[in-house]
Amino acid sequence: MNKDEYQKLVEEFTPKEKKFKNAVLAFLVGGAIGIFGQVVVSIFVESFGMEMKEACVWLCILMIFIASLFTALGFFDNWVSKCKAGLFLPTTGFAHSITSSALDYRRDGFITGLGANFFKLAGSVILYGMVSAFFLSILGVIIYG
Amino acid sequence: MASKKFNSVYILDAVSIAGPVEKRGSIRDYDFTMDDYYFNMKTFEQAEVKMQRVVMDHILQKHHLLHSDIDILVSGDLSNQISVSSYAASCYNIPFVGVYSACASFIESLIVASLMIEYKKKANALCVTSSHNLSAEKQFRFPIEYGAPKPNTTTFTATGSVSVLLTKEPTRFKLESYTIGTVVDMGCTDASHMGAVMAPAAARVIVSHLSELNRTIDYYDLVLTGDLGCIGAKILQEYLRRNHGIKMKNHIDSGCELYLKSQEETYSGASGPVALPLYLFNKVLKQKKAKRILLVGTGSLHNPFFVNQKLTIPAISHAVSLEVNP
Repeated sequence: MNKDEYQKLVEEFTPKEKKFKNAVLAFLVGGAIGIFGQVVVSIFVESFGMEMKEACVWLCILMIFIASLFTALGFFDNWVSKCKAGLFLPTTGFAHSITSSALDYRRDGFITGLGANFFKLAGSVILYGMVSAFFLSILGVIIYG
Repeated sequence: MASKKFNSVYILDAVSIAGPVEKRGSIRDYDFTMDDYYFNMKTFEQAEVKMQRVVMDHILQKHHLLHSDIDILVSGDLSNQISVSSYAASCYNIPFVGVYSACASFIESLIVASLMIEYKKKANALCVTSSHNLSAEKQFRFPIEYGAPKPNTTTFTATGSVSVLLTKEPTRFKLESYTIGTVVDMGCTDASHMGAVMAPAAARVIVSHLSELNRTIDYYDLVLTGDLGCIGAKILQEYLRRNHGIKMKNHIDSGCELYLKSQEETYSGASGPVALPLYLFNKVLKQKKAKRILLVGTGSLHNPFFVNQKLTIPAISHAVSLEVNP
């Protein structure tokens, strides 16, 4: 049996991931977070007399706080692995990745452990976020002047 | 030839400790269990060192042995530079050999120690292995509290440690022969499908063991593989059937059996060098059914750097045959 034949054998025995179910679940959970965010923003604007822009910033801070707190309390990872892209794509996922790395390396020294590994997973989000923002701004200038 | 018979190597005793998920699994009577992953230590790595020390201390006390009574200590684990074993060994005044074959380390340690007893005229040897779910996760995968979605083929690193005392004096459990395996790479790149990575290595060591010692698979009452997991075990059976016409009627995979099906967080089953000895000493040998057992340790020899460089993953497998006398 050569390597290709073996890979076919492996495929036969590998259970298929339920992509459709995962997508629906992610859609529902992600959507629910969106609704929650909208409700919170409305409350900020209506009851606290905030500007829309300010309310969105506060919402973002609130989301990051909740995700980090739940990660530290130890149950957010179970939610993320069940809800998949619904939870790890929004800001909650970004906060979750940073907090979980920080928890992992907190005993390995503040510089060599925590500092060096803080953005272990989130680093690529920041880097490629900045790179795409750079190119999109250039595109924006070209198109809109 | 990579296979050879032993004349006088026996297992005197074994002591196990199991982690919080394992003690809720299919085996309930381990010598020691842990309530949490820290085991009263500051970090998971230090907890794993303590686990090794607990099983070593206990086996020495149980048989009233001093450090100087043990001729050699052979141990291995999954941590970088097998530092868990080295740190644990630093607490004992026993000549030490560290071994690494990933999850086949336990079988490798049995082979190395047995060769010392057989050919170097040592009277006894201590073999120790351990793995810790969270220290392995941290090293090989994502941060522990990060809930990365996992495919169904993932295996769950077992937490536990086992110490085994080998001796040249006859006991009920005779290590009868061994086969040292070759490193096999069948082109798998998925580190979350280690059963598929390791199955061909297991197949090759089983085939060479049987042919070099002129045996058929029916010679053994039980073929106990290490940590292929439920999916990997099926791949191995099919691979042997298609390529070598071998029907694995009496095959059990420790990884597949260590947990209950209701423990969904364990996905395809247990992995780690400790999976095989935990199941062997706490279930198979206590049931007293099988007389001739072929132990096949399976190890995926990957490292996160090579996996990130998109290289295929090599695997190794070693085998030892165990005879149980009434």
